[in-house]
Amino acid sequence: MSDFPIPVKPKSRFRLALESDLFYTFKRSPVAMVSAAVVLVLVLAAVFAPLIAPTNPFNPASLNLMNGFTPPMAPNAFTGDSFLLGTDDQGRDVFSTILYGMRISLFVGVAAVFFAMVFGITLGLISGYVGGWTETIIMRTADVQLTFPSILVAMLIFGVAKGVTPVEYRDQMAIWVLILAIGLSDWVQFARVVRGATLVEKNKEYVQAARLIGRKPGAIMLRHILPNVLSPVLVIATISLALAIIAEATLSFLGVGAPPTQPSLGTLIRIGQGFLFSGEWWILLFPAATLLVLALSVNLLGDWLRDALNPRLR
Amino acid sequence: MLAYIIRRVGQSALVLLIVGLVAFSMFRFVGDPIDNMLGQERTAEDIDRLRAQLGLDQPFVVQYYKFLEGAVQGNFGVSYRQGRPVAEILLERAPATLELAMVSGVLAILFGIALGVFTAIRRDGVLANVIMSGSLIGVSLPTFLIGILLIYLFSVELGWLPSFGRGETVDLGGWSTGFLTESGLKALILPSITLGLYQMTLIMRLVRSEMLEVLRQDYIRFARARGLRDRAVNFRHALKNTMVPVITVIGLQLGAIIAFAIITETVFQWPGVGLLFINAIQFVDIPVMAAYLMLISVMFVGINLLVDILYFFIDPRLRADRSGGH
Repeated sequence: MSDFPIPVKPKSRFRLALESDLFYTFKRSPVAMVSAAVVLVLVLAAVFAPLIAPTNPFNPASLNLMNGFTPPMAPNAFTGDSFLLGTDDQGRDVFSTILYGMRISLFVGVAAVFFAMVFGITLGLISGYVGGWTETIIMRTADVQLTFPSILVAMLIFGVAKGVTPVEYRDQMAIWVLILAIGLSDWVQFARVVRGATLVEKNKEYVQAARLIGRKPGAIMLRHILPNVLSPVLVIATISLALAIIAEATLSFLGVGAPPTQPSLGTLIRIGQGFLFSGEWWILLFPAATLLVLALSVNLLGDWLRDALNPRLR
Repeated sequence: MLAYIIRRVGQSALVLLIVGLVAFSMFRFVGDPIDNMLGQERTAEDIDRLRAQLGLDQPFVVQYYKFLEGAVQGNFGVSYRQGRPVAEILLERAPATLELAMVSGVLAILFGIALGVFTAIRRDGVLANVIMSGSLIGVSLPTFLIGILLIYLFSVELGWLPSFGRGETVDLGGWSTGFLTESGLKALILPSITLGLYQMTLIMRLVRSEMLEVLRQDYIRFARARGLRDRAVNFRHALKNTMVPVITVIGLQLGAIIAFAIITETVFQWPGVGLLFINAIQFVDIPVMAAYLMLISVMFVGINLLVDILYFFIDPRLRADRSGGH
């Protein structure tokens, strides 16, 4: 006779996340767990670089030129100081420069992908939802840009932006120019995927209902369609992050990226290449290995995410 | 069909016009050319005279038209940094890049197809699996790290091959070639491997997956049932039918090789067009940048167009599909 509904405590968001399919496949994939752990450690190391790094490599007061070219784990001949990964020509601790360099690499990578994502999603939503001439112009531009390799597009944008900024601000602005260049070279994929998904979603009933009650197009795109097209975007964002980190390193290595005053991993590799022939291998090897591990684990994480979110692609 | 080709040519021309507009805008709005050409000691008359001489006082559209006219005739102005005509510098540098691209393209195609066929036929063999895993590393390693690694191994440790430059070159009527001297050939080895490796893995993976697809088909089983030799089945029947998509990808990758030559040329200090472009970016040498942009777009658009038209001839299904009101 007691037909009262038993009060069910709503599950917390954390609990929901733990019980989700995504977390389940994550627990079953050793590759995903290892690469996630590596990414987490590297990101934390980069974020807390000022706390972890034994020296601040960009504070001239903490440098001693006598410490230059100290091999890893061995005391310096003049000062007796010892460094975990050795020092470069100016006596900077390689371990510290890597931590600070990774900070810049990750910052540029994440910011560039975020920029590409926002830009691409906006244009993709608009071209999918509005259609007509707007769509033609946006998607044609995307097609044209796709015929060129993105690294070339990034170089050109970097070159032009460098030309536009006044000489005295160039070094300060270099990081932002780099983010703009990599971001603009990478928006096409986001726009294409979002446009495709939007074309499917916009004819569904919930969108028609929203239109019927008089919501504005902007609100429909942002509040109704966007949440439903996000999961492929997440996959592309992860894979793009690996590509963006490598693109940043490549540009900085070529000398058209992060300036020597704010070296990223690519700049460090560029500096290290100069000592390849004189036998100071550690200046080159450690930044290169860090870059490789970082890019590879982000890449593997992206692969896993793609398989997990889209079982059909396996 | 003719309509389709005309349409594609029209689209390509439009793309080139737009790229030309971008290149022209770089000229016009990035930095003041007058500032770049006249020194500190200049008068208002100097500025006016040069402005009129360069045609900068004319309307935008007229200037754009003049720029295009010059570009078609190969006249891209004077390099801000070297003070010589851009076309002359480009011509001087082109052989180095083209030779490098050609050798790496040939390497990528030969080894890519051979390894692709091999890994498809012996799909469960140990060696085939090793090659496949190795190709994964090849894809995820950034090009410049591969180059540095090769330099370290073969130049620093073993001392077999030079680490930079083209070696000795022979001048054949304005075309400087590295093919004719020993040092020139030696200098080609490391850069061409670095440049071709990515394309090779790409072609290999494509050939492998296409071969696996084709080898499952009935006509292959029938050929085997007829008692044909493995070699005849694999190469005459199977490989031939995998070539259509492979040719497309090879065509598109040709352009990519020239673009990625920028990275390889920087690592090996190879005196080609790519290195010129990187230096132009570093020193904001706009005329060189604009000329390179125009040149490479003509190439990319041309290759795309050619591949599309070729595809049209190779695959009859496309013809039926597209000639009807696409």
